[in-house]
Amino acid sequence: MYFIDPKLLGDVVYQAIPTLACVLPEDVLASLEQASQKETSPRGQLVISQLLENARIAAHDTVPICQDTGTVWVSLEIGSDVAVKGDVFSRVNAAVARAYDEACLRKSVVRNALFDRTNTSDNTPAFCDIHPHDVPGVAKVHIMLKGGGSDNASRVVMLTPGAGREAIVEEVLSCVREKGPNACPPLIVGIGVGATFDKVASLAKQALMRPLDEPAPDEQTAAFEAELADAINKLGVGPAGLGGDTTAFDVRVKTAPCHIAALPLAINMGCSAMRRTTIDLMPLLRECADKGGANV
Amino acid sequence: MSEQVRRLSLPLDKEELKTLRAGDACLLTGPLYTLRDAGHIRLLAELEECGTLPYGLEGQTIFYAGPTPPCAGRPFGAIGPTTASRMDFAAPALYRAGIVATLGKGRRSKEVKRACIETGSVYFASVGGAAALLAKCIDTAEVISYDELGTEALRRITVVDFPVFVGVDCLGNDVYDV
Repeated sequence: MYFIDPKLLGDVVYQAIPTLACVLPEDVLASLEQASQKETSPRGQLVISQLLENARIAAHDTVPICQDTGTVWVSLEIGSDVAVKGDVFSRVNAAVARAYDEACLRKSVVRNALFDRTNTSDNTPAFCDIHPHDVPGVAKVHIMLKGGGSDNASRVVMLTPGAGREAIVEEVLSCVREKGPNACPPLIVGIGVGATFDKVASLAKQALMRPLDEPAPDEQTAAFEAELADAINKLGVGPAGLGGDTTAFDVRVKTAPCHIAALPLAINMGCSAMRRTTIDLMPLLRECADKGGANV
Repeated sequence: MSEQVRRLSLPLDKEELKTLRAGDACLLTGPLYTLRDAGHIRLLAELEECGTLPYGLEGQTIFYAGPTPPCAGRPFGAIGPTTASRMDFAAPALYRAGIVATLGKGRRSKEVKRACIETGSVYFASVGGAAALLAKCIDTAEVISYDELGTEALRRITVVDFPVFVGVDCLGNDVYDV
């Protein structure tokens, strides 16, 4: 049995944040470079060249890619041979506060959405969740710095089964048409279909974690993603919403079972600065076990 | 869209504003005032109380932005536009009180476009997510008010060759109507 110590998780989060804030993930950078080859709108070209130059400056000068350095999402996936205690996330907030202070990132969290919108001044709390699996050998942490503009452009809709696939396509296109320019395109559009009202949004966010160079797990999903990406890029919204061919780098779809009466749909917009990473903790846990650490 | 990039001095000349068209690429040089969500609630309340724009904002341009702290020897590590539509509730009143331009990203409401036409003002859009690049265009920065709001404070910044596009011109044309 392996055990994830709260300190280990805190350390991983602390180390990941500055790089996430300042260095555009390789798959996103590669997609931006590909877009600059294909974009036919002169204004779209100008926007993409600004975004490429921006990524270069941010990485070189170690400054944030975007001023909205986001809220921090920490999501754990654990398998049947990995144990955690209830306080597994207890070191995360301290890690976030320290990383945001030291890396000079923006503090963008208020104490209470409705009753007290005072800035917490250290970008805490982080938003954490945990997903158990029935198979062994899984210990992953997903970390995302999620911007407010793209999250605001997201949507959950409870469609009806009869409305089907067509309604999903229509809803996604209407969301991109109306809200896409606010979400900082070129976008990665995360789509969840299924589960229940509360869980479908989580599916859409999880979908954003699959890198742009990693294909869908099955052919049906791959085909639906390609169909949606094609339709989105025909809208002409373009880079920064200022017109052009590149509205989305790609679409990421995650589906699940659901009630006979339901067709839940969630669209979670990812901006052109899609700051996310997945860290495999298994090597660290095995190393710790070899040293006779906390793992049994 | 004009191929040529227009260089504009801040504060903007209202006669010059009339010649701008949605989609024009421009470079701004001079003072801008950063303000966003929480600051707009405060500013609107002050405007309603005293009837005129405080802090010398008349004739000035508001940049919807909340920067990161200083970094790499610059006033901010990163600064870029936030979604302008969240400030639609305040923009018409501010244009009518003497703000000549706003700068952000994304679409504006019909009411904002109407206010642009009525007052001969404009809305500029810049590229969201290009904040490290835009931070290199900032020369100086100082907090003017609402310091307790942190990143949302009212700041006077001076910019040099800050790249923007005309989002809504004073005829109400909109670059986002593709």
